[in-house]
Amino acid sequence: MPHIEFRGVSHAYGERRVLEGIDLELTQQRIGVVGANGSGKSTLARMVNGLVVPTDGTVLVDGLDTGKQGAAIRRRVGFVFPDPEAQIVMPTVAEDVEFSLRRTDLTQPQKSERVREVLERFSLGDHHDHPAHQLSSGQKQLLALASILVTEPAILVCDEPTTLLDLRHSRKVTQLLESLDQQVLLVTHHLDLLAGWERVVVIDEGRVVADGAAAEAISFYRRLMGA
Amino acid sequence: MLTGTYVPGRSLVHRATPGLKLVLLAVFLVPISIWQTPLLAGVSAAVVLVGFAVARIPLRYLLAELKPLRWFLAVLVPYQWWALGLEAALQLLVGLVISVAAASLVTLSTRVSDLLDTVQRGLQPLRRLGVDPDKVALTVSLALRAIPVVRDLLHQTLEARRARGLERSPRALATPLVIRTVRHAERVGEALAARGYDD
Ligand SMILES: Nc1ncnc2c1ncn2[C@@H]1O[C@H](COP(=O)(O)OP(=O)(O)OP(=O)(O)O)[C@@H](O)[C@H]1O
Ligand SMILES: [Mg+2]
Repeated sequence: MPHIEFRGVSHAYGERRVLEGIDLELTQQRIGVVGANGSGKSTLARMVNGLVVPTDGTVLVDGLDTGKQGAAIRRRVGFVFPDPEAQIVMPTVAEDVEFSLRRTDLTQPQKSERVREVLERFSLGDHHDHPAHQLSSGQKQLLALASILVTEPAILVCDEPTTLLDLRHSRKVTQLLESLDQQVLLVTHHLDLLAGWERVVVIDEGRVVADGAAAEAISFYRRLMGA
Repeated sequence: MLTGTYVPGRSLVHRATPGLKLVLLAVFLVPISIWQTPLLAGVSAAVVLVGFAVARIPLRYLLAELKPLRWFLAVLVPYQWWALGLEAALQLLVGLVISVAAASLVTLSTRVSDLLDTVQRGLQPLRRLGVDPDKVALTVSLALRAIPVVRDLLHQTLEARRARGLERSPRALATPLVIRTVRHAERVGEALAARGYDD
C-alpha cells in the first residue's frame, strides 16, 4: 500500500486556523474521514494531492513532498470532488475520460479501448457519446470517478462523492470504491457507508479526536455529535 | 449546434474528415449570407436536408439544435421588421435557420474531440505568433461544456427568486447568478489542477 504521512501539519486560510497539529501515518487500504461541517476534512483531503499546501509541517506521499513535487503527486493521487458538474470538463462522456489520458504515451486506438473498458465497468457504456449534461447526478459522479480511475492512480481521495446521490447510487459508488485495488481515502457524512472500513479518522475543530477501526471511531463520533 | 450532441453513424457524412466538413460548411455559408433570393434559400435548405438524409440523422435532432435559436429570433426578427421591413426580417430568419442547420449537420456528425483536433492542427502555424493550440482547444471544450451548466444555474436562480417572491428584482437574479458562475469556474479550475492539467 502507498504511504501517506502528515508531519506536524497545521493550516490557516489567512488569519483563520483550520487544522492544528496533525500527525498521521495512513497505510491502510480503506480509510474514512468524518467530522462536523467546517471541521477541516476537505482541507485535509486536498493536502493529499497538493491542492492545498499546509502553512506548517509537511505532507508526504510515498516520501514525495506534496508541496514540492506537485506533478508527480497528481499522477499518483486521484481526487474526486463533491460536485461532479465541475469535475467533468469535456462536453461528452467518452471525451471526458479520454481527456485524462492526453499526457500518456498510449496510441489513439489504445486510448479509445481504455475509455471503452472503463465506461463499461462504470455502467456508462451506453452513454459513450452522450453529452455529459444529460446524465443523472449519480451517473455524473460515476463519470467523474471513471475519468480519475482511468489513469490508474495509486491513491484515490474522495471528498463526499455521494452527497448528491440517492441511497442506491451511494451504495453503488461505495461498492465500487470497495472493489478497487487502490488505497482509498473517503471523506463522508454517510457514516453507514464506512461500516467495516479498516480505519476511520474523526476530525473536530481542526484536530484529530479519534482514530481507529470503523466501529469504535464512528460510535465515538456519534457520541461527540450528541446523537 | 451547441448542445454537444453527436449522433454516431458510418455514413459518407460521418466519414468525411472534419477539416473537409468545416471547409464545405464555410463555402456553403458564403452565398446564403450575401445574396438572399428565395431560390437560393430553397436550394440551400434542400442541400441541408439531403445532407441529413445521407447522414441518416433523424430530423428531431435538427429541431433540438434549432430550438435554442428561438429566443434569439424572438428578439431579432421583430427588430429587423421594424427597422428594415418584412422582407429583411424574413431573410434574416431564413438565413439564420439554414446556417445553423448546416452547422448542426457538421457538429451532429462529428465528435467534438475530432473537431477540436482539427482546429488544433489548423492553428499550429500560429504557434510562432504565441498562440498555444492546445490551450485554445481546451478553452473551446470548456466553453461548450459550460453552456448547459450555466443554463442550469440560470434556471435554479430564477426558481429561487420566484420561490422568494422576488420575480421583479434584477439584483436577485444577477447577483446570485454571477456568484454561482464564478464559483463554478473556480471549481472547474481546481478540478483541472487535480487532474494535473497545469503541470
Ligand atoms: N479557500 C478557503 N478560504 C478561506 N477559508 C476556507 C477555505 N476553505 C475552507 N475554509 C474554511 O476552513 C474551515 C474548514 O473547511 P473545510 O472545507 O476543510 O471543512 P469540512 O470539514 O470539509 O466541512 P464540510 O463538511 O462542510 O465540507 C471552514 O471554516 C471553512 O470556512
Ligand atoms: Mg468538505
